[in-house]
Amino acid sequence: MPTLTYRDALNQALREEMQRDANVFLMGEEVGVYQGAYKVSRGLLEEFGPMRVVDTPIAELGFAGIGVGAAMAGLRPVIEFMTWNFAVLALDQIVNSAAKLLYESGGQFPIPIVFRGPNGAALQLGAQHSQAWEGWLSHIPGLKVVAPATPADAKGLLKSAIRDNNPVIVLEGEMLYNTKGEVPEGEYVVPIGRADVKRAGRDVTLICHSKTVAVALKAAEQLAEQERVSAEVVDLRSLRPLDEAAITASVAKTNRAVVIEEGWTHCGIGAQVVDVIQREAFDHLDAPVLRVTQADVPMPYNKQLERLAKPSPDKVVAAARRVLYLD
Amino acid sequence: MEALSPTMEEGRLVKWHKQEGDAVKAGETLAEVETDKAVMDLIARADGVLQQVAVTEGQTVPVGNVVAVIAAPGETVGASVASAPPPTPAPSGGGMRDAGSMVAVATPKPATAAAPAGDAGGVKASPLARRIAKEAGVDLKLVTGSGPGGRVVKRDLDATAARPQAATPAAVAAAPHPASRIPHPAVTGTPFEDVPLTQIRKTIAKRLVTSLGPVPHFFLTSEVDMERAAEARDALNRQLGDRGKVSFNDIIVKATALALTKHRACNAWFQEDHIRYWNEVHLGMAVAVEDGLITPVIRNADLKPLLEIGHEAKQLADKARSRRLQPSEYTGSTFSVSNLGMFDIDQFTAVINPPEAGILAVGTITPKPVVVDGQVVPRRRLRLTMSCDHRVIDGATGAAFLSTLKGMLENPLAMLL
Repeated sequence: MPTLTYRDALNQALREEMQRDANVFLMGEEVGVYQGAYKVSRGLLEEFGPMRVVDTPIAELGFAGIGVGAAMAGLRPVIEFMTWNFAVLALDQIVNSAAKLLYESGGQFPIPIVFRGPNGAALQLGAQHSQAWEGWLSHIPGLKVVAPATPADAKGLLKSAIRDNNPVIVLEGEMLYNTKGEVPEGEYVVPIGRADVKRAGRDVTLICHSKTVAVALKAAEQLAEQERVSAEVVDLRSLRPLDEAAITASVAKTNRAVVIEEGWTHCGIGAQVVDVIQREAFDHLDAPVLRVTQADVPMPYNKQLERLAKPSPDKVVAAARRVLYLD
Repeated sequence: MEALSPTMEEGRLVKWHKQEGDAVKAGETLAEVETDKAVMDLIARADGVLQQVAVTEGQTVPVGNVVAVIAAPGETVGASVASAPPPTPAPSGGGMRDAGSMVAVATPKPATAAAPAGDAGGVKASPLARRIAKEAGVDLKLVTGSGPGGRVVKRDLDATAARPQAATPAAVAAAPHPASRIPHPAVTGTPFEDVPLTQIRKTIAKRLVTSLGPVPHFFLTSEVDMERAAEARDALNRQLGDRGKVSFNDIIVKATALALTKHRACNAWFQEDHIRYWNEVHLGMAVAVEDGLITPVIRNADLKPLLEIGHEAKQLADKARSRRLQPSEYTGSTFSVSNLGMFDIDQFTAVINPPEAGILAVGTITPKPVVVDGQVVPRRRLRLTMSCDHRVIDGATGAAFLSTLKGMLENPLAMLL
């Protein structure tokens, strides 16, 4: 199996889907001539031409709205946002148009659109450009939200997102684009709504997604080495719908959980996961579920403060020790 | 099987006092049960007829199992109950009454069946611990929680939950123990004999590994000159004549209790997230019994006269040896004394009885040549060794207590100070 970067896995998914279905097209800032701010669309303009790889002005609300209209007319747009921090300008089209048109048209207008781009903090981009939006986006009925952590999941989930007849949000990551992993060639689809156990374990479940999967895996290693604790790492992959069965099955096995996310604590993804656990796995719980999130502040620009504000393996290990009653 | 002591997990039915068909009244003794500590009476909790006995004499069953069925006169109970597993919900249309166990389903009020065993309201426990306790028929009130604020968590129940739900055939076969359970030298040519653990040995095994392993012990030894204590004892006994006798042990118990009132730091319990310093002194007194030991408690030992201590110590020791101690008589000690003087042991280290923070090991009083005022003279000497839980007591703290105690024994009048 070839080893690809996350960025090339996304590129492969886009190319294969555009080859497979002539209705699929890509639109966004710098996606064409510049081949993508993060080079996800490298070579696509050359292969598919300017009708299917469309450069836009800096006008997120406008091109998101054009995408929704194209979807109503039967095309399958993929809208790239340079980052989800800019997509906040397009929220009206995403939340009020894309998410609701099927409902408001009495089922006449399915909106098969993908909104994708990097989410969450990279390094020292400041408070306005370092935000994790999955809590906001997953809140909305009518949207599906996926957040792949590995190149293989990135390819498989983007393909599923493009083929889905509903609006799908694909959350990528600037710090993920360069990560490498084995990616199956050709037809490889990861179903939306299915979590994945990235590391099996017995003693505690670490629930995570996107960039925090690497954090959780590192914490699991530390727990194994330092505490002889066997941690199970469950990568949610899909945030809406949530794989409640996978969460419940793992907690039923380990009896304790720590939920990790890049976003803020209040009303975060972890709050929803904890709701599932207390409801579906109540009798299996041996300790309250703990969460590791970004500190409840705008992301600091200062390098050290930024590091302290983010979830880290050490914070996950500390939370795991607490739910294991090791402290 | 009712939980007849705070730590009881299973009981051996020693003797039935009622037979099938006998009329029974609530409060009457149904049977004698050997718990982990003593032989106790199993009391009927309902009026009726003892319709069925589900446990035979000599059989051991876990707490929560049905041991007998009491029915109303003329009533027939549907299903046969053979040492049934722990709490099942009320059988439909029942009227079945469960004699001694906690699952008593007395009246035919359908909706409100008696609370199942695991459902100990008011006890802090994780949901998982509650479920395990319920399935194993364990009363959570009797489990010490190791989680934050005393929360009962899974690990506190692991040992309990792992035990078999009902007596296995092998255990039943082995049940009728001979009078003495200590192995005798084999005369049959077999190289060894496997003797099942009795309830008390199981409890000792379980309790003591929670001590020397997890509790960080350290030991302080001091040699005490007992000449003046011996003189005081002789004088007291001469004066008492046939009204009683004061033993060295009584004097040591009394002095220990008084010294503890002056060193509250040693009269304490380690409670995981806090230390409980006792203002009362309840002295546990290790007593050897057949096949084990138990520590009955002399309550408020600091306030009791020597004769009363002696009297009480003897009574408790007798009851301990005949296995008739009540739970209230062997729980709640704040500090313990273990005396092996009568076995001619010079000195030894005793294992702390958690959650207590200390125990005093008393050796034998023996004449030794010692130097007094530059002269070698024979003196009666006693070696005391205190085991301390370092989480509560530091070296200097323990030494100060021991020094006070030594002062009292070397000059018994100091007890009046």
